[in-house]
Amino acid sequence: MPLPYYVSPEQMMKDKAEYARKGISRGRSIVALEHRDGILLVAENPSSLLHKVSEIYDRIAFAGVGKYNEFENLRIAGIRHADVKGYSYSRGDVTAKALANAYSQALGNIFTQDIKPFEVEVLVAEVGDDNGGRNEIYHILYDGTIEDERNYAAMGGQADEIRRFLKDHFKDGMTLEEALQLGVRALNVTQNKSLTERDLEVAVLDRTKTRRKFRRLPPEVLNQLLATAR
Amino acid sequence: MSTHIWQQVFQNYASSSFVDLLRRESPHLMPNPVAGGNAAEVPQGTTVLALRFRDGVIMAGDRQATAGYQVASRRIDKVFKCDDLSGIGIAGAAGPAMEMAKLFQTELEHYEKVEGDNLSLEGKANKLSQMIRMNLQGAMMGLAVVPIFAGFDERAGVGRLFKYDITGGRYEEKDYDAQGSGSKDARDSLKKLWKRDMHRDDALRVSLEALIDAADEDVGTGGPDLIRGIFPTVKAVTRSGFTEVSEDEVRRVCEGILKDRAKSEQGV
Repeated sequence: MPLPYYVSPEQMMKDKAEYARKGISRGRSIVALEHRDGILLVAENPSSLLHKVSEIYDRIAFAGVGKYNEFENLRIAGIRHADVKGYSYSRGDVTAKALANAYSQALGNIFTQDIKPFEVEVLVAEVGDDNGGRNEIYHILYDGTIEDERNYAAMGGQADEIRRFLKDHFKDGMTLEEALQLGVRALNVTQNKSLTERDLEVAVLDRTKTRRKFRRLPPEVLNQLLATAR
Repeated sequence: MSTHIWQQVFQNYASSSFVDLLRRESPHLMPNPVAGGNAAEVPQGTTVLALRFRDGVIMAGDRQATAGYQVASRRIDKVFKCDDLSGIGIAGAAGPAMEMAKLFQTELEHYEKVEGDNLSLEGKANKLSQMIRMNLQGAMMGLAVVPIFAGFDERAGVGRLFKYDITGGRYEEKDYDAQGSGSKDARDSLKKLWKRDMHRDDALRVSLEALIDAADEDVGTGGPDLIRGIFPTVKAVTRSGFTEVSEDEVRRVCEGILKDRAKSEQGV
């Protein structure tokens, strides 16, 4: 019987991480920005039918970059988790923290146990309620690493560059319009062409809405909001 | 022949269904009514109705739950929003009916989120029929749930309403319908008052006339309670969404109807 050849755990993890990072860096980027009325999610996504940003529950949104089938599976798993939890307890008991933890566990297990790690990063955002509740943004990496982000978050191909840009330009208390313009400028930093509303998928968690806070901004609305910046 | 893993994806056509998810993964959370003792003592929702008007449908219900000869609650709401374009009015055993409404709401929202698209009104009506069938055992033991489902059909551009029997039988009604213990009186009233292409205000008045008639004739149904300030709940579903008619407006119309009846001594 031939002996299985030995690979040190260290080398194996390194290879997997490199593989996952390579997959993610090929993808387009997503930014999340806190603003006065909630959380804005801006994704570079030329498809208007295959979404990268979507609703999970009343106050919770999901965004994924990397391999579509992989983050789509995670998205659906998240909706199932949230709906069953909300059905068996109450709608208010569904939190982004629990969901982000679940994603972290799942991605961590896949990373260590499966031959091929998921080539994805996901964001879970929860908008605080009207009377001074805090927003929460969790960023979960391909290996299960979880970070909670404040004010802004970026992930995808050129996330580092975008994050540097946002660090210099983010302001507290922006309006939706300002936040959108900043988000688009941040995504433009890594481009050699300028993005139009046709290349973007934008959604907000709008705290002024009742119950289901998630709302997509269609291209016509984006066009109007972006017009003042042109 | 063995099934390949990739084929299972296609076999699982119900993967967007919350009810199927619950049955598969958390069966202990499924509604499972097993009646014993005296089902007549269980609170019953009494009268709900739905009628078509020019822009969509109006749904209304009285506020009383009745257990035997007792008032179980004076303030329950029997008309619930299902999603932006549909609502459900419940009659029958209040506990299982409210549970069913909650499950149905979650089902529609779950589908919408997973698929990124709404179910058609037809699809929603069929799904509800399957859920009522699940309750058949309970229904045979006296815990029947017979809702009215109504909504705005985006594809057809009209309001539509459906009634059900305890076996899950689904019947589309053209103009109006009522369910519950006072339903016969409400329907009689609607039969005389309903007109094609009514404006919202007329439709609101007709729905409240019917509920007041039902409360008049049926002991289980609660009428407008001027002392406690409890009035029927009325919701409208139109192209632009599901809206609740404000309590003030319902109060005003109810008081108008009662005043007119007192003056003319009609229907007194």
